[in-house]
Amino acid sequence: MATKASRSAARFMIAPAVVLLLGWMLVPLIMTLWFSFTKYLPLRGDSIDRGLDWVGFANYGRFLSSSSFWPSVQTTLVMVGGVLLITLVLGILLAILLDQPMWGQGVVRILVIAPFFVMPTVSALVWKNMLMDPVNGIFAHLWRFFGAEPVAWLQDASLSSIIMIVSWQWLPFATLILLTAIQSLDSEQLEAAEMDGAPVLKRFWHIVLPHLARAITIVVLIQTIFLLSIFAEIFVTTGGAFGTRTLTYLIFQRVIDSQNIGLGSAGGVYAIILANIVAIFLMRIVGKNLDA
Amino acid sequence: MSRTVTTQRKMITTAAAWTIGLVIFFPIYWTILTSFKTEAQAINDPPLFFAFDWTLENYALVQERSDYMKFLWNSVIIAGGSTILGILVAIPAAWSMAFVPSRRTKDILLWMLSTKMLPAVGVLYPISLIFVEFNLLDTRGGLVVVLMLINLPIIVWMLYTYFKEIPGEILEAARMDGATLKEEILYVLTPMAIPGIASTILLNFILAWNEAFWTLNLTAANAAPLTAFIASYSSPEGLFFAKLSAASTMAITPILILGWFSQKQLVRGLTFGAVK
Repeated sequence: MATKASRSAARFMIAPAVVLLLGWMLVPLIMTLWFSFTKYLPLRGDSIDRGLDWVGFANYGRFLSSSSFWPSVQTTLVMVGGVLLITLVLGILLAILLDQPMWGQGVVRILVIAPFFVMPTVSALVWKNMLMDPVNGIFAHLWRFFGAEPVAWLQDASLSSIIMIVSWQWLPFATLILLTAIQSLDSEQLEAAEMDGAPVLKRFWHIVLPHLARAITIVVLIQTIFLLSIFAEIFVTTGGAFGTRTLTYLIFQRVIDSQNIGLGSAGGVYAIILANIVAIFLMRIVGKNLDA
Repeated sequence: MSRTVTTQRKMITTAAAWTIGLVIFFPIYWTILTSFKTEAQAINDPPLFFAFDWTLENYALVQERSDYMKFLWNSVIIAGGSTILGILVAIPAAWSMAFVPSRRTKDILLWMLSTKMLPAVGVLYPISLIFVEFNLLDTRGGLVVVLMLINLPIIVWMLYTYFKEIPGEILEAARMDGATLKEEILYVLTPMAIPGIASTILLNFILAWNEAFWTLNLTAANAAPLTAFIASYSSPEGLFFAKLSAASTMAITPILILGWFSQKQLVRGLTFGAVK
């Protein structure tokens, strides 16, 4: 077994990673916490060197009571929920389909997985212009072809449009993970059920879905973490206009556009709390699967 | 009777899967196709699929207009630098957690993962202040460090799950033969770990390449990578679909190819080994 020497060597080798991450976590976190209790408007001459005025929980109260707060929470929830729903439902169907015997499975898989590797700024711009442009986009061509009036997607259906773009980016991830899980399904069990005359839906409900439970949980939790901080897709398409301002984007605007650091930091603390609630669930599930 | 698949059923599945695959891939296909059209052809109604004059002029225009090579180079340096730096920090940590586990190993791993959950926007201003303080704003070095830190938990986890699969007996045998710690790592562990390390590098290079929060917020003219180069196209300037397409194609092609090679690692890396 491990000797005492190798134990202390191990500790020594872990140290750099731990120290770096600890610093990366604590330093900005403490600064954000500090700013959130102060009046900090750099454009009006506030600065750390001159000392910031302590305002207690005023920023927290103001952030909560601002008219943009609750709509932004709602937008965030609708966006995250919508993308999760779409990617999970389509992901499961697609995974089942891709698991069937077919010609050219490898190529189809490559086609399906591709969007995940497109950088967010590119996919947002491509969708915004090439597909969703109300005059020259492909959708507009399609709509006119069928005699319909083209839709100004990012203005009239802005949130749904962004949900569509983000779902397109994340569907490959969901599909790939669900497919990996489906492939480990014991086919004898399915065959037995088929021989017993269980209809397709019943087989899906009682055998496939329970088997996918862990994969589905992983997809939900990991996507939630990433989706809560969606930024580039909104930045590039609507800039937070037309009801697409999520909590992340609202904080970004407070900090960068209005340069109200105290208020933005209080919002940041709320976002951190929100993310942590999600994270606790993720930790539990991943922790269970870990036999360290 | 084993499940025999009729040819008819296979044909239907194939047709359905290919249709869906092509629909999902369409935006990328359309972008690549449009990049070879002229601006007028790019917005032609009805859309042109094959019958147009293939041209490379958009690529030339993009490159000469926005100094594409500089952005590309920044992307390569930032994604590559942060990945290599992360690997250097992570290998010893993952090695010791996999082979000399202690009671706290699990807690340390989970804690590392939890730093990944810190919403970036919550700490944007402090990080910018620190960057200003240390003159890191709009430098590649600053971004290399930040992206290394945000991906470090994933790198450690991936390496950990790979290292875990290396049989410990081999290391013990090497130890019995009198190998020092350094020799153990260099001559026994490393050769066996190379495939895992390679996959980790690949996936993290992709993640860093596509990172679009810190790269957009901490760069301006000098260190801006391709994410920022593309974002500059967000305000339309007359006819620009073909140029946008060419720029997009240039930005995604290298990573698309890398990505196709690393599908399996993607599942493993991003689920932290929880789905196999």
